[in-house]
Amino acid sequence: MKLFKYAFLAAMVAFCTSHTAAAQEDLLKLAEAQDSTREGPMQATFKGTRLVNGHTVETNGAGALLFLISHRFGALNSGAYTFWGLDQATIRLGLEYGLNDRLTLGMGRSSLEKTYDGFLKYRVAYQKPAGLPVSVTAFASTALKSQNWLNAENNYDFAHRLTYTYQVLIARKFSDRLSLQVSPSMVHRNLVETPTGETNVLAVGAGGRFKVTKRTSFNAEYFYLLPGETADAFRNTLSLGVDIETGGHVFQLMATNAQGMIEKFFIPQNGGTWSNGDIYFGFNISRVFGVKEQKKW
Amino acid sequence: MKNQVLLLLFLGVTLGWGSPPAKGQDRFYTKTGYISFFSKAPLEDIEAHNRQVVSFLDFKTGDLVFSVPMKAFAFKKSLMQEHFNENYVESDRYPKATFKGKVLEIQQVNLALDNLYKVVVEGVLTIHGVDKLIRTNATLQVKGRQVQGKSTFSVTPQEFNIQIPSLVKEHIARQIDITVDMLYVPYVTKNL
Repeated sequence: MKLFKYAFLAAMVAFCTSHTAAAQEDLLKLAEAQDSTREGPMQATFKGTRLVNGHTVETNGAGALLFLISHRFGALNSGAYTFWGLDQATIRLGLEYGLNDRLTLGMGRSSLEKTYDGFLKYRVAYQKPAGLPVSVTAFASTALKSQNWLNAENNYDFAHRLTYTYQVLIARKFSDRLSLQVSPSMVHRNLVETPTGETNVLAVGAGGRFKVTKRTSFNAEYFYLLPGETADAFRNTLSLGVDIETGGHVFQLMATNAQGMIEKFFIPQNGGTWSNGDIYFGFNISRVFGVKEQKKW
Repeated sequence: MKNQVLLLLFLGVTLGWGSPPAKGQDRFYTKTGYISFFSKAPLEDIEAHNRQVVSFLDFKTGDLVFSVPMKAFAFKKSLMQEHFNENYVESDRYPKATFKGKVLEIQQVNLALDNLYKVVVEGVLTIHGVDKLIRTNATLQVKGRQVQGKSTFSVTPQEFNIQIPSLVKEHIARQIDITVDMLYVPYVTKNL
């Protein structure tokens, strides 16, 4: 009888506590249903503004200044005498500034052909968890070859030094680990090297990242030249890389068959082949500085 | 059919399933509650504000719940915000922090009397999928038909299994101070 009484009491206590817990659970469900947060834009589709060589959909936040050092060693197949390419280097120094969350302006200078470049990047659309399935960014850049002409007697115009690139970058973050991007691209050259060369070169880039840990990811990128004279004379670019993020820095290590670090080089004029060992190791290092702090926060 | 429903209801009531629903004037809520956190670190202070917290407070039972959308925390720098969501609290996996608990001795609060009441709040705080029992002092200020609830307490990232890599250890403080400020209004259920 006593046992029964205790059992009954225990049951009562259990019932009462479970009851309050249940009540709180219901109340919490009610609270979660009230959620007024607008489904915000998908953040961090990629860690950096570059996937490997090419741009990602990511723009800098408002007031963020990004300093980017891109470096490529020489070709692996250059042999022991040049220490498998590590003796040589091409470099690009760049600055990118986010005017607002959507618009980023950038400029840079590559040692290859002593090229200056400037670009505009505009985030047209954000992927939303409960809306648009992709992020879209428009990209336009101008590259200026400042290297002296080999045959200056040809009376070149200034315009002959210019190359324009236009891209639409479309990316989707499939999960917190996997993001993929396609990048239809067009490169317009005011001067082509050969009589049969194409002024406008069309290509499609595709690539993505797979996060290995929270702060590291594996990246791959491929630029496919659409059939034409350029596709016959030059090579598609395949790049593999690893991102390592530490606070305000993103380190990107890569192996690629392109030596140049701007679209003008790695899309329409890439002669390197992986199978021949025209493989360039390299890295990008970026550092973000908060120039202007957000006012509304 | 109707009879069966009635019978079920009758059974339910007699067997004591569920308590009678709290009356409208017992339940208060907010959809725009404010929570901020601050951590003083050697290199730079980290501060974030969230004005989209949902909270319910039942003055009959003392039940208190919070639903905190993690992505609504706004930081000074967008990169900080990205890292907070991506690397620390993993907002894609754990989109909300929650609290389920009670205001102890809620009976002392008289909603008819404008006054400042000191209370103790106790319950389970869940951040990053990790539960932790917390107990903290709070104040409830009755002002007309509104109640302002305020509290401050501290947590550490370790308690919630939020890992900080040794590389950025200096950036992030051991202790994170949390400030809660909610203006509750009576919750009126929409009669459908």
